[in-house]
Amino acid sequence: MPTLSEADSKALLARHGVPVPAEALAASPAESAVAAARIGFPVVAKLCGAGLAHKTERGLVRLNLRDEAAVADAAAALLAAATPDDGDVGVLVGPMVSGLRELIAGLVRDPQFGPCVMLGVGGVLTEALGDVVFRLVPLTRADAAEMIDDLGTQGLLGPLRGEPAVDRERLVDVLVGLAAVAAAEPGIRSIDLNPLIVSAGTPVAVDALVETA
Amino acid sequence: MTDTLRAEQFRALFEPRGVIVAGASTHPAKFGFTALHNIRANGYRGRVFATNLEGGEILGVPVATDIADLPDGQADLVFVCTPAGANESLLRACAAKGVRAAFVTSAGYREAGGDGLAAERRLVGLADELGILMAGPNGQGLVSTPASLCAQIVAPYPPPGRISIASQSGNFVSSFMNYGVQTGIGVCRAVSAGNAAALGIGDLIAWYGEDPVTGVALAYVEGIEDGRAFYDQVRSVTPHKPVVLVKGGATPGGQRAAASHTGSLATEGRVFEGAMRQAGATLAEGVEQAYEVAATFATQPLPKGPNTVVVTTAGGWGVVTADAVWASSLRLLPLPEDLRAEIDRRLPPRWSRNNPVDMAGGETRDTIPEVLDLVAAHPEVDAVVYLGLGIQSNTARSLRAGPFYPDHGLERIVAFHERQDRRFAEAAAAVSESSGKPVLTATELAVCDPANPGPATVRDSGRLCYPSANRAVAALDAMWRYARWHRARAGEDA
Repeated sequence: MPTLSEADSKALLARHGVPVPAEALAASPAESAVAAARIGFPVVAKLCGAGLAHKTERGLVRLNLRDEAAVADAAAALLAAATPDDGDVGVLVGPMVSGLRELIAGLVRDPQFGPCVMLGVGGVLTEALGDVVFRLVPLTRADAAEMIDDLGTQGLLGPLRGEPAVDRERLVDVLVGLAAVAAAEPGIRSIDLNPLIVSAGTPVAVDALVETA
Repeated sequence: MTDTLRAEQFRALFEPRGVIVAGASTHPAKFGFTALHNIRANGYRGRVFATNLEGGEILGVPVATDIADLPDGQADLVFVCTPAGANESLLRACAAKGVRAAFVTSAGYREAGGDGLAAERRLVGLADELGILMAGPNGQGLVSTPASLCAQIVAPYPPPGRISIASQSGNFVSSFMNYGVQTGIGVCRAVSAGNAAALGIGDLIAWYGEDPVTGVALAYVEGIEDGRAFYDQVRSVTPHKPVVLVKGGATPGGQRAAASHTGSLATEGRVFEGAMRQAGATLAEGVEQAYEVAATFATQPLPKGPNTVVVTTAGGWGVVTADAVWASSLRLLPLPEDLRAEIDRRLPPRWSRNNPVDMAGGETRDTIPEVLDLVAAHPEVDAVVYLGLGIQSNTARSLRAGPFYPDHGLERIVAFHERQDRRFAEAAAAVSESSGKPVLTATELAVCDPANPGPATVRDSGRLCYPSANRAVAALDAMWRYARWHRARAGEDA
């Protein structure tokens, strides 16, 4: 399945109101370092291209870079790791988002019900936990709020070890934004926002993968 | 299809002026006998005709050997018990007589494999062309109590009521109607959709939404061909009537291959559940819970909020019920101070003084009706669960059964005990009506000794006596979720 690059995926999502972190796509180590300085340290750098759906497995994500030199070194290594099959690539530099809780959200075109928005708990643990809910597009804010209420692990959404409660209105924004993408872009087959890290109470899509027909 | 034709077809299905049993039989084990028997035995007031190849008379009905011999315009429903091969010419002949609806029990269609699917498609196309609404094939029949119509090959014929049933399994219809017989909370329409080749479960649910005598739609669903259309049909009903569903085959087995994480998590069961919650339907875990929830919607007012008070005559029951309330979407209301003071004036100081209101055996003759009335009338209370009904009558039962009855004053005390439980059950219904709030009564005696005057009087009041507090709480929880679904959409749509 063809996929959009992470940068294009996030740009598309942002146009439809899904909150994404402020990031920059850089073509070289020097540009990466400049972008990082503008964003503020620490940052994360990832190799970014339309064919790069599974970056973590290939070691194409560098976390917690603390200064310009570290960013330039990481960017050089990432660009060197690209293969001809990866096509046009760049380095996506973004803020290092941290939080104790990971959620997952997405969009799928179900053969029976058509476009559906998904919300789940756990990021990489989602399958094991199985705490996942779906709703159909179009999605109202009331529908989205009920998705959040339907998660079984409600205790995870309240204040947790010094972090504030999950901002439900911001999470509703994410879900309603995904539905808006589905309504506006019939060519999109699926979207994964995984993980959606809860940072200071706000859900942030640190990775996004858009699959097109 | 025009709305006028559709209305006429559904009227023919559920309120026929006359019914033809095609393939009538003299053999009591055949569908063609049972159907005729059930239609004749349950008081159907329209005209009844029968046809088969032999002629003669069955159960007092003269049998025609040809549909063409029947009078024109006297029957608008045909109940088909003929072999599949005969059905196409049968439908043509029936249409010529003015028939607008057919219930087809015949097997040998899609479920049989081979040429069955092609035959089924031809029959669907033909019925459509003839303007006939077709239920089945391979279905077990239909019930319409407003017409005293029991056109089915299974039992039972349920008491009349406000619950209308649609099912992809004929035996599920029987199961639901058995609960109707047991509880006295009756049925309006019921259709075993069989292969649902033309008339689907969603079509029936949508029509029940328009049917003025249906109060609640109750359906058993297995596979759905067009999930989005089914969603729209359910969603057309829920703004004005509750829809209760049991889904078969909703286990996570049917996981789909997908490139995305989201796609691999989108199992049929999860997506169906999410869609139905979004549509405002109530998903029940099984036949028993589904009927209890439907019966609750049919007989209790919707709660306006989650604040629940448990009124009990014994402590343990109240504790368990409080746990069930906590685990639900309902809220165990901390007893308001003014209500506590009012109850204080009627009970000795050992009562619980909180919610659950445990009267701790401090009841005198009028305490229970008075406390129920005070609790239900309080503005902060949205719903009441009442436990302990039938205890006095249970004592009376053992006194009555022993060798000393009716002497030693036993006759008088037995009569008193039984009268009290009848009063309590009547009070529960009366305070519900006066307050406009749900008041649910639960005791295991509802099933352990249904003749006990407590549960028996609840039944006479037209309500359900729940077999346990947990089941009463589950039903109340479903009502509050439905009410909350409405509240969240107030102003959004009709």
